[in-house]
Amino acid sequence: MSVGVVMLVHGDLARAEQVARHWSENGCPVVIHVDRQAPKKAFAAVQENLADLSNVAFCARHRVEWGTFSLVLATQSASTLMLERFEDVRHVYLASGSCLPLRPVEELVRYLAERPKTDFIESVTTRDVPWTIGGLDVERFNFRFPFAWKRHRRLFDSYVGLQRRLGVRRRVPDGLTPHLGSQWWCLTRQTLSAILEDPRRKEYDRYFSRVWIPDESYFQTLARLYSTRIESRSLTLSKFDFMGKPHVFYDDHLQLLRRSDCFVARKIWPHAEKLYANFLSADLARLGATEPNPGKIDKIFSKAVERRINGRPGMIMHSRFPKEGYEKGHTSAPYSVFEGFSDLFEQFEDWLADTTGTKVHGHLFDPDRVEFSGRQSVYAGALSDSARLRDYNPKGFLTNLIWNTRGERQCFQFGPRDNQDISWLIATDPNAQVSVISGAWAIPLFSSNKNFSQIRKEAARLQRIESDHLDILKSIYTKARVRVWTLADFLASPMEPLQMILDEIGPRNTRRLTAAPKMVDLDGFGQFLQNLKNQGMQPQLMGDFPAGPEFPDHKNRPQRPYLVQ
Amino acid sequence: MRDLWLAYKMRWKRRRLLFRAWRKRRQLESVADRTGLVGSGHLLLFSTVRNELARLPFFLDHYRGQGVDHFLIVDNDSDDGTTAYLEAQPDVSLWRTSESYKRARFGMDWLTVLQARHGHGHWCLTVDADELFIFPHHDECRLDDLTRWLDQQGRRSMGAIMLDLYPKGRLSDVQYQPGQDPTEILQWFDRGNYETRFQPALNNQLVRGGVRSRVFFAADPARAPTLSKIPLVKWDRRFVYVSSTHSLLPPRLNRVRPEQVPDIVTGVLLHTKFLHMVIGKSLEDKNRKQHFENGELFREYYNGLIADPTFWTASSVRYSGWQQLEDIGLMSGGGWRSGQTATSNGGGPVGGKD
Repeated sequence: MSVGVVMLVHGDLARAEQVARHWSENGCPVVIHVDRQAPKKAFAAVQENLADLSNVAFCARHRVEWGTFSLVLATQSASTLMLERFEDVRHVYLASGSCLPLRPVEELVRYLAERPKTDFIESVTTRDVPWTIGGLDVERFNFRFPFAWKRHRRLFDSYVGLQRRLGVRRRVPDGLTPHLGSQWWCLTRQTLSAILEDPRRKEYDRYFSRVWIPDESYFQTLARLYSTRIESRSLTLSKFDFMGKPHVFYDDHLQLLRRSDCFVARKIWPHAEKLYANFLSADLARLGATEPNPGKIDKIFSKAVERRINGRPGMIMHSRFPKEGYEKGHTSAPYSVFEGFSDLFEQFEDWLADTTGTKVHGHLFDPDRVEFSGRQSVYAGALSDSARLRDYNPKGFLTNLIWNTRGERQCFQFGPRDNQDISWLIATDPNAQVSVISGAWAIPLFSSNKNFSQIRKEAARLQRIESDHLDILKSIYTKARVRVWTLADFLASPMEPLQMILDEIGPRNTRRLTAAPKMVDLDGFGQFLQNLKNQGMQPQLMGDFPAGPEFPDHKNRPQRPYLVQ
Repeated sequence: MRDLWLAYKMRWKRRRLLFRAWRKRRQLESVADRTGLVGSGHLLLFSTVRNELARLPFFLDHYRGQGVDHFLIVDNDSDDGTTAYLEAQPDVSLWRTSESYKRARFGMDWLTVLQARHGHGHWCLTVDADELFIFPHHDECRLDDLTRWLDQQGRRSMGAIMLDLYPKGRLSDVQYQPGQDPTEILQWFDRGNYETRFQPALNNQLVRGGVRSRVFFAADPARAPTLSKIPLVKWDRRFVYVSSTHSLLPPRLNRVRPEQVPDIVTGVLLHTKFLHMVIGKSLEDKNRKQHFENGELFREYYNGLIADPTFWTASSVRYSGWQQLEDIGLMSGGGWRSGQTATSNGGGPVGGKD
């Protein structure tokens, strides 16, 4: 008893020949169907090269077009010849020219010999198939498909549309329940011959000749009529990408394919020398009676799919430029924005870097230059500190910085003196953690040595800018984690908010904060605000500041920040 | 409605450019026409050169190694022996002209003529002599593997970023020897200072930045050279490049990115301009004023190059191969080979495969 291999070949004949020889020399009769569109010369060459093998035969050639009944015709011819010519074949294995056996042939033979009555054919009803791509599942059986999808896409589509509108339903031949499944099966002589010799075959063929992709439903449906024992799975490992195209295996997949324990895989890239050399060699590792386990490599594939479908978030380039609104975030990694902190605390950047171990920059969007950490003039990825270069595309600048420094959390200062073009990006980016002490921009004014009329004007300007910025942070589109304290509230208990921010940044800071960074001297700040008011400018964003000369001690009145999500 | 109008305008622009090129067809004088050797399915390379004798040996070898079958080259008035050298190559067809490079849309009019005549139905690579095209897995497979796959995907064009390579020291520190791999000298590049924007009219992306932007164009970033190119196209005689190979018409060919989030396969043009010869060349180019629309604006750029600058900084990265560029994001596999294509849908049947 042996296993016969039916090979459907259209493309690379040389590879098909190599694999056919491998099957044949290992005792498996082979019947090859070569697409009639293949060049005559190449076909003759294959015939000649395989002439020395008595258990290799070629069947009548059909012109094969994908998605049409011609594939079934080819399979029928080849199978018929196989059953006639090679009497002791018990299982017939359907393979393509780009299939490659992954395990020693004798193991497949033994595996099938131990299951003499079992048909391995994936066969499920349309209702249970989640994986058809393109929406044609039940409709495959209810509509007619006279037009080739590859050549007459438009006709194909409009005819499907028309039938949809008319609500066409074809009558399925009595006794048949449409089933779908992988095209690559392995059937017993009994089942296969029953299908081929069926008295109603003409009727079935007529029906299936107008079904869409009948090679995935003809044998799958008819096997249900005759098989005594169906294992609804394919022995051939084949993967599909998210576009519905078969995944091609290359040399880099060697380990992956080995681990699958499957008997046969498709499609193999014709130039994958390493794969062919490896799996067709005589000293291929024996796996004994191990069951094929395609699930083993599924995890790797789903990861790859994820990457394939979403690309690499936060990477903007020639190859990847999502339209506005197509992507959830804008950047590749979490980062923190501090507004007002460096105005209120002396050496805040150093303190933050020491406490959190993150990379802390100054005002990245400072109008004069980019204040990179350590005030470097060229930073990660050769980003320049030129404000002009940055302002030419501020959003690109920030996404680049975050992308370039993957693996190291970035923190930077921001305020109303900076380029505000970045506000929306930060607000709508789930990766951003924004902490604001509103009104803190007044502190540098308070300690500056300018004329009061100038200060008043500048205060009004900054207040307007920050107010607009806060409106954006509070908008319904905001996805960033935003916290806003007024200066007065923050001063009431500075430790609590700081602890909260740092806890969120990283697990490294499980210790309780013992010392806050050093605060600037605010003696007389209340009076300063009062002076602004007296001059007709209303400072609002700082919260309630008493006008008294001394800043009152609020330590006993804990305040909660408000959280804007 | 606006889209229709735009499409209409672009159609006329395309015709105008084709006509303009057609009128210039007689500017080309055939030196060695071996286009009879071109068979169907051959991969063609188009280029305009001027005094590139030093670069050409490696250039030709690089592309021969990738599987380019025939080179179609326009020689713009070389006087260093380039003409004789190219004429002697068995797989090069050569034309020459002494007309103005600038008035021929920086050589594109000439190439348009040749592309329309010889490129129809072929995958065509259009590059400069200082550009080395690479793509993911280029060390294991040839360009025709890639183009076959692109055919299967139904794609007609493929984008690439021009990546400026530079040496660690001054440009003149190491002398380049003809035939040498330029990346032995130019080992460094800027990793992450590129900015991308979308141009609706031509439906293309504009990528700018990199080392030239950082060193020369910080004062006026909008003038920095464009780095995005579309060098690989399955040509049709109705196609035409608009400005250099940055964009072409019809606009659908410029869509080298997918509509949504995933990335798509792109390559990199290793730009090996900054060999020691560039200093002399810049001096010449500055005086010929043939290279940019507004020559005056670029005087400073040329002066900068002539001053023999150092581009290297501590943030520069040493080039180590396509895997590195893909990891950084400068090129992308986007479904081309390796484990990035498959789904885990249980191997079921699906509508739409090869």
